Amino acid sequence: MATNLNIEVSPVSRVEGHGDLVLDVKNKKIEKLQFRIPESPRFFEAMLVGRKYTEPSHITSRICGICSVAHTFASIRATEAAFGVKLNDQILKLRKLANHGEMVQSNCLHVYFLAAPDFLGVGSVVPLLNTHPEVVRIAVNMKKVANEMVRVVGGRAVHPISTIVGGFTKLPSIEGLLKLREMLIALYPDLKTSLEVLKSLDLPDFERATEYICITDDEDYALYSGELMSSDGWKISNQDYLTRINEKVVQHSTGKHCWASRDSYMVGALSRINNNYDKLSANAKQYAEELGLKPPCYNTFMINIAQFVEIVHSVDDSIRLIDELLESGLDESKAMAEVIPKAGRGVGIVEAPRGALIHDYTYDAEGKISKANLIIPTNMNYANVEKDLEALVPAIIDKTEDEIRLGCEMLIRAYDPCISCSTHFLNVTLVNK
Amino acid sequence: MSKPKVGVFGLAGCGGCQLEILNLEDELVDFISAVDIVHFTEAITEHSDTYEIALIEGSVSTKHDLERLEHIAKVAKIIIAMGACACTGGLNCLKNLYGTEKAKELVYGDKKDWIDAIDTKPIDAYVKVDYYARGCPPTRSEIVDIVKSLIMGKIPEIPDYPVCVECKRLGNTCLYDIGGTCMGPVARAGCNARCPSAGSGCEACRGPVDDPNMNAQKDLLERYGLTVEDIMEGFNLYNACKKIEQKNK
Repeated sequence: MATNLNIEVSPVSRVEGHGDLVLDVKNKKIEKLQFRIPESPRFFEAMLVGRKYTEPSHITSRICGICSVAHTFASIRATEAAFGVKLNDQILKLRKLANHGEMVQSNCLHVYFLAAPDFLGVGSVVPLLNTHPEVVRIAVNMKKVANEMVRVVGGRAVHPISTIVGGFTKLPSIEGLLKLREMLIALYPDLKTSLEVLKSLDLPDFERATEYICITDDEDYALYSGELMSSDGWKISNQDYLTRINEKVVQHSTGKHCWASRDSYMVGALSRINNNYDKLSANAKQYAEELGLKPPCYNTFMINIAQFVEIVHSVDDSIRLIDELLESGLDESKAMAEVIPKAGRGVGIVEAPRGALIHDYTYDAEGKISKANLIIPTNMNYANVEKDLEALVPAIIDKTEDEIRLGCEMLIRAYDPCISCSTHFLNVTLVNK
Repeated sequence: MSKPKVGVFGLAGCGGCQLEILNLEDELVDFISAVDIVHFTEAITEHSDTYEIALIEGSVSTKHDLERLEHIAKVAKIIIAMGACACTGGLNCLKNLYGTEKAKELVYGDKKDWIDAIDTKPIDAYVKVDYYARGCPPTRSEIVDIVKSLIMGKIPEIPDYPVCVECKRLGNTCLYDIGGTCMGPVARAGCNARCPSAGSGCEACRGPVDDPNMNAQKDLLERYGLTVEDIMEGFNLYNACKKIEQKNK
């Protein structure tokens, strides 16, 4: 039992980037709790200044290897909004398909490679090879299919190439789409097997209601585009995000902290499920039901389950999109829309796997960026991670130090923090005073 | 080297190169069985200081990055720079072009003094690099091939010819012929002309070949009515840190 604790987890592993947790408890009271972000800041908002409109999507995709598609699309959509580019259906469907590809890539990486070892009681995916070879086989295969989705549509599995402002430099082939369809359909037995594994897991019972923010759309389970909405009852256009979303610099983190209606909010899979559950495919809803996930869900550890349900939805919806594209046929002459650069501001908000991602560019008359503002989902979650930890620690304070440390690490990992985006990694050393 | 101990590290970067290891798909299980991965923050909790080979992603952008790099270099026998940021400084160097102090002020305002940031440099500015897996990101097979060669006691082969060679081999239509621009004539190959094959001009993410024929590129540009300035901005994307030696001038 721990009355006084001084925990530093440095770095927290199995997160994409660097983060440290500092926790100081005296007489069971939290004296200090900080989720520190010491990762090297990279200053993308400065890098973009002066760059021509054709370059920002290639530059900003390099903010994060794991969500390079989301950055590409948020960037392209911001530029297209500034120039008033009108896109056709073919371009939109292909982009949505690539977006689903990344959703499966990233959610699969997190659920199977990074979070599953916690729930299956091992240190990483390497020992899983011996203890749960079937889970590793499923994970590797699913990752392969998702990589192929992004490769077929975007030209490369990490940092897509053919997706540019106005459309595509090259369309996928019909054969490529047919092969993808086959690979996607072959995933269903693996999804069923995964469902059984996930049903058997005993997730920590921890609830703390917060504000849930994501984009929303009347027709789709919004990932590629939609208005920004909150579970606290507001909905605004992309262009107006600054009327609700606030940012501040905090000393212990190179990632800024964000707030909207309360002192913190959550973005990501659980926010999307909480706000847009109705728009999930019928099949995905059935998976959600079997896993006991129904909105509103206030258990942060259920993010992993929400990510899995989203994999099911993305597989279903990708097959639908491919069928529609095959039905209408691919038309090279419609690969690009007209792009005429002009001065003005544009905002693109896309759901990256980890949550709403905002790119906001101001262009000069030559089509060069004069100002850029980027708000990254992991940044948006930082303040909420700290609030969750403040609630979690007292609830598990009577456990052993190792259990407390693991509990905190698991909570942070549940957010799937992609710290390279914003900037860092998690360090926890536990010294009992 | 029978079953070498390998550490995988990330400095300032996007995690994409490390991700390409996790993306090895069918080869992943073979790869992690052929080596003993003792450190890989992005993927495993266990970490140790006993690695012989260090795969390093990212450039040096903070004092903290530099301390970590120097420590890694003390432990590892062989250092492999993985990806554009580690090899040339990559995109991170655009910050230097803007000005590091100015960038701190732009992004963090009056709190800029809280931020540890120095001019970005590739890792070979500070430590000896044995092998370079270039590109943004490098191809997965390239990372594996370098490690495989080391296990088999061979010297890894890294291409030193321009991307044009690969385009010719693939029978691609030259982008200059359809109104595009491309760094292919001077950019180092090894990617199988990935971007031109997808209809997009090469951005030289693997840096220039060792002896780039800048005159040929100039002649080519003139022929298509373009100037060196038209495309040097593009070349800056990944190579702002490295001065390109303009031989044959």
